Amino acid sequence: MKKLLSIVAVSVFALSANAGTLDDVKNRGFLKCGVTTGLAGFAAPDDSGNWTGLDVDMCRAVAAAVFGDSSKVEFTTTTGKSRFPTLASGEIDMLARNTTWTLSRDVNLGFEFVGVNFYDGQGFMIPSSLGVSSATELDGATVCIQTGTTTELNLADFFRANNIGYEALPIETNDEARENLFAGRCDVFTTDASGLSSTRAQSDDPSKWIVLPEIISKEPLGPLVRHGDHQWGDVVRWSLNTMIIAEEFGLTQANVDDNMNSNIPEVLRILGVEGGYGDMLELSNDFAYQIIKQIGNYSESYERNVGPDTPLAIGRGLNALWTDGGILYAPPFR
Amino acid sequence: MNKKFNLNFFSDQKFRSLFYQTLVVGLFALGIYYLTMTTAHNLEKRNIATGWNFLNNPAGFDISFSPFLDFKSTDTHLKVYYVGVLNTLLVSFTGCIAATILGFVIGIIRLSNNWLLSRTAYVYVEFCRNIPLILQIILWYSILLLMPRIKQAIEVVNGFFISNRGLYSPRPVYESGFSIVFFVFIVGIVASVWIAKWSKKRQEKTGERFPVLWTSLALIVLLPIVFFFILGSPITFEYPVLKGFNFKGGMVIRPEFIAMFLALSIYTGAFISETVRSGILSVTKGQREASAALGLKATWIMRLIIIPQALRVIIPPLTSQYLNLTKNSSLGIAVGYADLVHGFGGISLNQTGQAIECMVITMATYLVISLTISFFMNIYNRSIQFKEK
Repeated sequence: MKKLLSIVAVSVFALSANAGTLDDVKNRGFLKCGVTTGLAGFAAPDDSGNWTGLDVDMCRAVAAAVFGDSSKVEFTTTTGKSRFPTLASGEIDMLARNTTWTLSRDVNLGFEFVGVNFYDGQGFMIPSSLGVSSATELDGATVCIQTGTTTELNLADFFRANNIGYEALPIETNDEARENLFAGRCDVFTTDASGLSSTRAQSDDPSKWIVLPEIISKEPLGPLVRHGDHQWGDVVRWSLNTMIIAEEFGLTQANVDDNMNSNIPEVLRILGVEGGYGDMLELSNDFAYQIIKQIGNYSESYERNVGPDTPLAIGRGLNALWTDGGILYAPPFR
Repeated sequence: MNKKFNLNFFSDQKFRSLFYQTLVVGLFALGIYYLTMTTAHNLEKRNIATGWNFLNNPAGFDISFSPFLDFKSTDTHLKVYYVGVLNTLLVSFTGCIAATILGFVIGIIRLSNNWLLSRTAYVYVEFCRNIPLILQIILWYSILLLMPRIKQAIEVVNGFFISNRGLYSPRPVYESGFSIVFFVFIVGIVASVWIAKWSKKRQEKTGERFPVLWTSLALIVLLPIVFFFILGSPITFEYPVLKGFNFKGGMVIRPEFIAMFLALSIYTGAFISETVRSGILSVTKGQREASAALGLKATWIMRLIIIPQALRVIIPPLTSQYLNLTKNSSLGIAVGYADLVHGFGGISLNQTGQAIECMVITMATYLVISLTISFFMNIYNRSIQFKEK
C-alpha cells in the first residue's frame, strides 16, 4: 500500500515538474512579477497606479520577450519577509525586488539568481544635524532596519567588527522606516545606498539628510526564479543580458528600427534578422527586438529611473559598462 | 440448537461500528501521511533545506528588546526562540492582569445606578470592542511616537524621562543586604496567607473578626521597609544619562511594549467587562435583597455574596479571553514588538528559509502556552463550582 501510494505521489509530481514556468506563463497570457511595496526608482506606483522603476522595467522586459507586449505583467507587492515564500509557492513567476544575491539564498532557499541588474552596497543615512561624519561614530545609536534582509546581518557584523553597540528597531517596509526616521524614533536608517537615495528623495527636505561615506557590503541586486526550471531561468537571464548588450552596441528605443539592416552581424543576431536564437529559448525570434523597442537598453532604463535627472540622482558608478569604467559585462549574443 | 454461521459480518452491530471507526481513522492517517510525503518531496525537489540543525546556527542579527536574556548576534536561532517566547509571555502576562482589573472595574461600573458612570462605561466597551485590535495597536503606537524626541526628552521627576524612545527611569542596583529584605518580604506574604486562613477558622468558631487586611499590609509592606532601613538601605540607583544618541544607564520601557500593553489590555478589558457584567446579572436578585435585608453594606454584598457566585459564570469565558490576549500578542509585528512570531517565526524563518520547521515550532509553542493557561484556569474553575452533596 505504501509503495502504491508513493508511486501515485511521485507520478503526480513528475507530471507537475514537466510543466515549466514558461509554458505556464504563455498559457496564462501574462507574467506574474514580484516587486517591492514602494521604493522610488526601483518599483513604485505613480499617481495613476502605473508601476515604474528599474525592477519594473526588468519584469516588463521579460513580458516583452515572452509576449511581445511589455504591458502584460501583473505586479505583486512583497515585503522583505513575504518575497521568498511568495516566489517559492508559485504565486509569482519571478522576483525583481532589489534582492541581494547571496550564497545561502542561491543554495539554501531553493532559488536561482539569473543576473545582477544593479550593483549596490549598504550604507547609512542620518540627519545632518547629528554632526556625525563616519559610521564608526554611531556607538549606541538606534538603527531602523528592515527584517529578513542581508542588511540586518551586515549591520550586526559591522557593529561587532568595530566593537560598538546599537539598538535595532525592526521595521517591515520602507514607509515604516521613513515614518520612524522622520519622527526621530531612530537615528540611523541603513539599507542599500540606492534605497537610501530613494528615501532621501521622498523626504520634505533632502538636504537635511546625509549618507555616510562607509559602504559596508557588496549588494549585487538581481532578479531570481525558482530552482530547477532552467528554461525559465534562461529566458529571464537573457532578457537582462539583452538590455546590457543593446547598450554595448548603442541600440536604443529610437534607433532600433533603423538598425534592422546594420553591417554588424551581432546586431543582426540580436534583432532576430539572423540566427534563430529565439527558437532556442522557445520564444519568438524577435524577442530581443521587442525588449529594446518597448523598454530600451540598460542605460535608457537606468536614466529614466535612477539617473542624474531623477530625484534619486545615482551616478552609474559600478553600473556602467565594462568599457566605461563599470562592471556590467554580458556574454556575447551568439 | 442449530446456529447458522452467519457470514454476513455486517449484521453484527459491534463489528459494524468497529469497522467504520477503523476505516475513518485509517483514511485520516492516510491523509496525514500523504500530506507529509507531499511536503517532504516538494521540499527536496526545490532543494530547500530541511532538518533541525539550523537551531544551532548563529542567528547573525540582533534583537534589541530582550529584557530577560542578553542577546548578541552570535547567539543561535534557538536563543532567538527563547527571547521570543519570553517577550510574548511578558506582554501576555502583564496584559492579562491589567485586562482583568480593568474588566472587573468597568463591568461593575456599567451596573452602577449613576447614569453618567454607566453610560461612560458603555461607550468605552462599545468603542473598544468593535474596532479591530491591530488598528488600536497602531493608534497607540502613533500617539506614543508623538512624544518628544530623545534630545528633548522631558524630565518628569528626577531621573524619570519621557521621550518617543520610551519611558526612562532609574534602575535599582541591589546590594548584598537586599536579599534579607526580599526574604522578609516572602515571609510576610506566607504569614499573611496563614493569618487569613486562621482568622477565617476563628471567625467560624467564635464569630470574632480579625483585622486581616491591616495585619497583612503591615507584614508585607511595613516589615520589609523596617528591615530595609535597619540594614542601611542596601540599594543604589543608576540614573539614566543622555550620552550621544541615547540614554545610558537606568531602565527603559519601550513604546512598542507600551503600545502593545495598552492596546491589548483595553481591548480585552472591554470583553472581560461584558463577561463580568453578565456574571453579576446571573446571580438571582433574591441574593442581593436577602443580603440587604441582613444589613450588609453595598461593598460587602458585592465582594462577599455577588462576586463569588458570579465567578462561576465568569471564569470559563474569562479563560477564552486570556487565550485570545495571548494569541493577539502576535499582532506585535505591526509595531515591531519582538515577540515570538516576529523574531523566530519571521526573521529566522526568512534568513534560514526553513518555513515549515519554524512555523511548526511557533504553533506548538502557542498551543502549549494556551493549554497551560486553560489547565490552570480549569483547576480554579472546578474549585469554585457548586459542590453537590
